[in-house]
Amino acid sequence: MPNHRLKPLSPLGHDTPVVTTIGPVTISEMIDRALASVATRRDQDKAVAAAAKTLGIPLPGAGHFEQAGVFSSFWLGPDQWMVEAPFASHEDIVAILKPTFGRAASITEQTDAWVRFDVSGKELPSMFERLCTFDLRSHGTGSATRTVIDHLGCYVIIRGEALLSVIGPRSSAQSLHHALVVAAQSAF
Amino acid sequence: MTQVRRIAGGQIDRSSTLNFAFDGKDYAGHPGDTLASALLANGVQLMGRSFKYHRPRGPIAAGAEEPNAIVELRSGARQEPNTRATVIELFDGLEARSQNRWPSLAFDAMSINDRLSNFLTAGFYYKTFMWPAAFWEKLYEPIIRHAAGLGSLTRLDDPDSYDKGFLHCDVLIIGSGPAGLSAALTAGRAGARVILADEDFSFGGRLNAETFSVDGIAGAAWAAKAVAELASLPNVRLMSRTTVTGAFDHGIYGAVERVSDHVAVPAAGKPRQILWRIYTQRTLLTAGAIERPIAFENNDRPGIMLAGALRAYANRWGVAVGDRVAIFTNNDDGVRSALDLKAKGVDVAAVIDTRADAKPLDGIRHIRGGQVVDSDGRLGLSSITVRMANGASDIIAVNALGVSGGWNPNLNISSHHRGRPVWNEAIAAFVPGPDGPKGLSSAGAANGIFSTHGALSSGAAAAVAALSDLGIKAAASKTPEAEDAPVAISAFWHVPSSKGRAWIDQQNDVTVKDVKLAHQENFRSVEHLKRYTTLGMATDQGKTGNVLGIAIMAELTGQSIPQTGTTIYRPPYTPVAMGALAGRSRGHEFKPTRLTPSHKWASEQGSIFVEVGMWLRTQWVPKPGETIWRQSVDREVLATRNSVGICDVTTLGKIDIQGTDAGLFLDRVYANTFSTLGVGKVRYGLMLREDGIVMDDGTTARLGENEYVMTTTTANAVPVFRHLEYCRQVLWPDLDVQLISTTEAWAQYSVAGPNARKLLQKVVDQDISNEAFPYMACGEITVCGGLRARLFRISFSGELAYEIAVPTRYGDAMIRAMVEAGKEFDAVVYGVEALGVMRIEKGHVAGNELNGQTTALNMGLGKMVSKKKDAIGMVLSQREGMARDDGLRVVGVKPVDPSKLLTAGSHFVVHGKSPTAEHDDGWLTSVAFSPNLGHSIALGYLKNGAARIGERLRVVNLMSKAEKEIEVEIVSPHFIDPEGERLRA
Repeated sequence: MPNHRLKPLSPLGHDTPVVTTIGPVTISEMIDRALASVATRRDQDKAVAAAAKTLGIPLPGAGHFEQAGVFSSFWLGPDQWMVEAPFASHEDIVAILKPTFGRAASITEQTDAWVRFDVSGKELPSMFERLCTFDLRSHGTGSATRTVIDHLGCYVIIRGEALLSVIGPRSSAQSLHHALVVAAQSAF
Repeated sequence: MTQVRRIAGGQIDRSSTLNFAFDGKDYAGHPGDTLASALLANGVQLMGRSFKYHRPRGPIAAGAEEPNAIVELRSGARQEPNTRATVIELFDGLEARSQNRWPSLAFDAMSINDRLSNFLTAGFYYKTFMWPAAFWEKLYEPIIRHAAGLGSLTRLDDPDSYDKGFLHCDVLIIGSGPAGLSAALTAGRAGARVILADEDFSFGGRLNAETFSVDGIAGAAWAAKAVAELASLPNVRLMSRTTVTGAFDHGIYGAVERVSDHVAVPAAGKPRQILWRIYTQRTLLTAGAIERPIAFENNDRPGIMLAGALRAYANRWGVAVGDRVAIFTNNDDGVRSALDLKAKGVDVAAVIDTRADAKPLDGIRHIRGGQVVDSDGRLGLSSITVRMANGASDIIAVNALGVSGGWNPNLNISSHHRGRPVWNEAIAAFVPGPDGPKGLSSAGAANGIFSTHGALSSGAAAAVAALSDLGIKAAASKTPEAEDAPVAISAFWHVPSSKGRAWIDQQNDVTVKDVKLAHQENFRSVEHLKRYTTLGMATDQGKTGNVLGIAIMAELTGQSIPQTGTTIYRPPYTPVAMGALAGRSRGHEFKPTRLTPSHKWASEQGSIFVEVGMWLRTQWVPKPGETIWRQSVDREVLATRNSVGICDVTTLGKIDIQGTDAGLFLDRVYANTFSTLGVGKVRYGLMLREDGIVMDDGTTARLGENEYVMTTTTANAVPVFRHLEYCRQVLWPDLDVQLISTTEAWAQYSVAGPNARKLLQKVVDQDISNEAFPYMACGEITVCGGLRARLFRISFSGELAYEIAVPTRYGDAMIRAMVEAGKEFDAVVYGVEALGVMRIEKGHVAGNELNGQTTALNMGLGKMVSKKKDAIGMVLSQREGMARDDGLRVVGVKPVDPSKLLTAGSHFVVHGKSPTAEHDDGWLTSVAFSPNLGHSIALGYLKNGAARIGERLRVVNLMSKAEKEIEVEIVSPHFIDPEGERLRA
């Protein structure tokens, strides 16, 4: 953790993350994960796979998310993943990944490009069918997709039986949060 | 008020009473009633006035096809016009009013139109209101619209919310009558994902309105049993109060669920309606059939209904519309209505059957080969005139008449992809054709199979076939025992009449006479017939009238009905509230809002914000005592130029570009060269479109050998990213380039002014002296004791300036740290107004100059287009007309009289020439008041501008009320520091 004097602000603009419970669901603003995109450079598939293995970073296939110890990742596009790691230990995530990946991958810090809301509880499909085309009823844990919620390009990641994440553009955190809240109120 | 017309039976809950009001009068009904059934139970038949002639009207149907009983619901902001009383679910406290009448429903002054009907025929408006042309829009149309009202709008904001949602299934079943239930059971039992949608609040469709049995129990009871089984299947979703409104592309159907329309006010947080987008593999249309009338003189009197509706009101709602009724039919189903009513104890005065050879009825006066030729009664039916087969007449006193001209399959949705219905002579009706929406098939009455047994078996068979397409094995279980009567109909459309009016389309007041007139005036194609007479153009889309109109036209032309053709339906199947189409996208939530990292700080300062796309940016930051925006902006500009100013520039697009071919990629997308840019350096870049016009500009920094970060304008952040992705994926997939947006990842601030370095040095941990960090340098640094950051020495204002970026979560703390550090320099935070003033003072082009019509040469940046390499737009930018030396050039403009204020958009005209298009020499693109120079300044595009520095001419603004012309002098666009000494300081 760098020893600087700047105090962070959560995407919703507070010192601490916002947690909202509506009926059976809880919507939690998450600020404790660092993100980096990892994109394979030309003809570097093997090198990227080896580096990922060394670091313990999973490289799931299209439409998927995978957790493996410290790191978790989800698929962004052909040969491209978003890698997640604990913020406290991996704030400068690019500096941590780069030495191992070297020139085999293009790595870009994405931590603060996004706001992440974890939504937990029962009957999440009833809420999310009011938000996006992602068919939660036919997808299980480990599915991830890019979709649109109230005009915002978002990732939806099913992390567990009753837990998913919505990762959307940080500057629109308040709009996205509002969309989640009204959908939950409508559903429950 | 007692429910005088209520009879025994029906699916209403008599243990509970619901109070409601119609036209201010109180009535009572029961759960299970519709507004129409409850009013009819209370003896109210008159529910509205017709559109054109203001004729008194009552309901003719018991469902969505209703053309007449159109009412205004609720009051205040929730008032809703044009709702059909026949589908409004009754609730306690419901308020409804009749429409299109003044002063009252019983006495309507506009019914004078009815007396003028000889003039108000089809084409009346086209023929009459021709002259003078200018009167149409301002005089005629408003008066006509006022007279022909369809309810009124309150102009108040709708207080309710509406959702939009997305559903997925293997099979969508539209309609829950016997065919739909049978299909749903078959598909549901096979494990397929099924959605069964019905517009009604009860499942069962026509089974609820009939007396016959299915599998030995009452039809309605069988339906309830089937629904209970379906509800137990997790793969089946039952959606009542849900109208499938249309078939759209790729297996998508629209549906409106009325979540809260059956309660007075939606529960907290609940939407009034949800517009669902249903993604389905296969669709079964099992929407039943709609009975059609037979046209005869004065067939629109309240009390005259479709025979099946009379039967439905009796069987489902326990309502005898009249206590003495007659039936006018050309088919056996009409006869069934008479029998059902008789069984309910209603006095059936006669069955007038157009078929002379119909099987005689026992115990009912059966006038075979007869016709109803007229009706009488003031605001409701009192008698009908019948012509016997032998030509004799009889007047029969009745207060309700059921009319059955046969049934039309409810094929609306099957024609949404231009699916042409086909004529089926056996049932004298159109059935869904083979070319409708892909993946849609029809069953039951919607497909012309009218018996209950046929509906049950065809529904199951259609489900088996649909599932088989999807590779799901299903077996149709044994069809339940049910009536299987063949259709016996003899087509009969209208009773010939020479003088009176016989209605076809009751909502738009189209009569048989109108069709004859259209024929006489040669509007004979069905499409012309429709537009000339307005047949089928009302909110009901002619569900009851269209086929009748076509049949009459066929008779007139001597062609068959299939030769005459048919019109097809369009979405929506029934009217959809605008609120449902808008969903949550209204008011402040019309689109998402993007907030900058300094937003919280800026809000605390009382900043004025401006919408820039979806962003809210600080426009200026007023200080106490400043009452006019110019005071704030002038102060911000002067303070920046004299000391230092800070501006949030996070909104500029940032694109991370990496890969071993990143430099080559940039050379191809930018007009100028980037592969030669040194690591740790920034360069201004100009991006062209394929046609050589400037697309965007910005700076790109080289952070490493294979790492660049591009900035774009705020407006073009997304279009440029999309363009780069297209180039990468489609044009040059062989290049090793990876892209990702980092716009939101970094909070970026411009720090500009002679004291910029001094301020920044207080927060940056490294040496940023001119030697260590010269003009156009960039690099990764740390701030405030170790936070990773990026620094770019670039300037938009023309001052010594930097842009500094920190991870967004620290953006708020960073601006506070810089404001604190800047106190000793009297630093200001400036908004986009001051930013605009300074870039005009410096002569930098921005959105007003990058207007999608101009080239690099026009902007005075022609030399940036490198001819040494190929890049998008390079070749076409060299076209003769675009490369002319005397073309438009950006110039600076100042008023000769410094007290004059210039206006953007004014056009250059030389002295002595009239201000007309042929003397147009260009225009002012950007205008500002320069507090440094003390007068108005502008940038503009001037023909041959480079050669005209020093010239005086006029700028003309013909739209100005005050001063249309101002004399100006053409100057260099660089008003401030033309040599660029400040930014290199």
